[in-house]
Amino acid sequence: MTIKEIQEEIVDEFSMFDDWMQRYEYIIDLGKNLPLIKEEFKIDENLIKGCQSKVWLQGEQDEDKIVFTADSDAILTKGIIAILIRTFSNQKATAILEADMNFIDEIGLKEHLSPTRANGLVSMIKQIKMYALAFQAKN
Amino acid sequence: MITFVFRIFINKMLDINKIRTDFPILSQKVNGKPLVYFDNGATSQKPQVVIDAIATYYEEINANIHRGVHTLSQLATDAYEESRIKIQNHINAKFAHEVLFTSGTTFGINLVANGFASLLKPNDEVMVSALEHHSNIVPWQMLCEKTGAKLVVIPMDENGELILSEYERLLSDKIKIVAVNHISNALGTVNPIKYMITKAHEVGAAVLIDGAQAVPHLKPDVQELDCDFYVFSGHKMCGPTGVGILYGKEAWLNKLPPYLGGGEMIKEVTFEKTTYADLPHKFEAGTPNIASGIVLGTAVDYMNSVGFENIQQQEKELLIYATEKLLEIEGLKIFGTAATKTSVISFNIDGIHPYDIGTIIDKLGIAVRTGHHCAQPIMNYFNIPGTIRASFAFYNTKEEIDIFVEAVKKAKTMLS
Repeated sequence: MTIKEIQEEIVDEFSMFDDWMQRYEYIIDLGKNLPLIKEEFKIDENLIKGCQSKVWLQGEQDEDKIVFTADSDAILTKGIIAILIRTFSNQKATAILEADMNFIDEIGLKEHLSPTRANGLVSMIKQIKMYALAFQAKN
Repeated sequence: MITFVFRIFINKMLDINKIRTDFPILSQKVNGKPLVYFDNGATSQKPQVVIDAIATYYEEINANIHRGVHTLSQLATDAYEESRIKIQNHINAKFAHEVLFTSGTTFGINLVANGFASLLKPNDEVMVSALEHHSNIVPWQMLCEKTGAKLVVIPMDENGELILSEYERLLSDKIKIVAVNHISNALGTVNPIKYMITKAHEVGAAVLIDGAQAVPHLKPDVQELDCDFYVFSGHKMCGPTGVGILYGKEAWLNKLPPYLGGGEMIKEVTFEKTTYADLPHKFEAGTPNIASGIVLGTAVDYMNSVGFENIQQQEKELLIYATEKLLEIEGLKIFGTAATKTSVISFNIDGIHPYDIGTIIDKLGIAVRTGHHCAQPIMNYFNIPGTIRASFAFYNTKEEIDIFVEAVKKAKTMLS
């Protein structure tokens, strides 16, 4: 699936929820089910320091695609990471660089990706794009 | 007779509902829920008199101060200087010129730390405590880097109280200044500063008290405390942001060099040499935050009209009530259990990140602070990423605490 298709799918899933509590419960579930990052990648080098919650991000090349794994010490942050990983992992560098993030607004999580939120997510997206840029330059 | 006694009782009690109508923001809804504002440690809300006074200043007397001969400039200058005197009386400073307007606590600490650069030599020592806000750590670290002095830290125990025996052991004639907070922002501990000041003076050290978290709860008496410097911010005590106070003993302020160069702080300027103005102007270069300076006086008047005894009584009740209610939640741990503390509760719930709880209860209309509270050494001591901090003001109620506790329970259920 393309990034756009995945984003539409996520927006569809979230449209089933009537209120913020259901949305948050879903995000918490996503966070709990996020595949674990390999312990060897959970190192300071991969740590994105948000003010409040820590985010670890690792990107690896798999043929012409990039595979991302990540983790956080806060569950809501982890849930949103799961959404971002689902969107960006196993995609080509060009597609990642071209992707827009409007779907986050559409699923009502805009405030979590605000630069003032201090949860590490904004830096995470920047880092995902940096990986894409680096892989693109390399190839 | 019964009526008489009853009347006295009523007079002594704070009419919270009436007080709350002084604060327009408290009646608004956040995320569709009535606002419960428990982030008073970060900044207090502002009463209508303070909000109005800001507008009145700009509507009626706005002009630059200490400069013009025209009437408005004179009116603005008078109002600014009257505010200084109000604050002088409030903290019982000996002279009005010992009361300097700053932009806030951080600026005041930096001003003093910068001034001490000219007084320190390598191997001198500067002392802070384990309970400090970063604002009362970093300026002193910078001072030490600049001068080769050493930073010494008074340790704390697991209740969040400073270990006084260690303090006394660390004191020596090498210590040139002790910088310690009156009340800890992260844990609410009230430090025994009068005792600490006496002990520091015995070895010839100066003492700076960071009163940022104290002035919303009490009226410091700087002469009785005998501190050399006392700094605080206006915005935590119902005043506007962007203004604070640095109290310094006259002798110390004369001794320290100016911090900023510019207009207002000079006596005479030639390209060969500049002579500095007298206190307080020596430290007040440039056009200050005139409106906020004046309105800080209004805020002080407001706090005094409510009465600090009333404030303390109400906040104490809130602290006891909230502590009891929160401890009923399984797995909840309070950090900061000092024998004397203000209305601050810092806590975590087993296995749940404070950020998650803060985010969910925000959806329920509750404003608390989560994170390290700019006091990372304290978090490192407890080996936690941060806490949830609920800090109560006199305008908060037990009903709000009930809403808050229910919200925390709901968040816990969702997150477990």
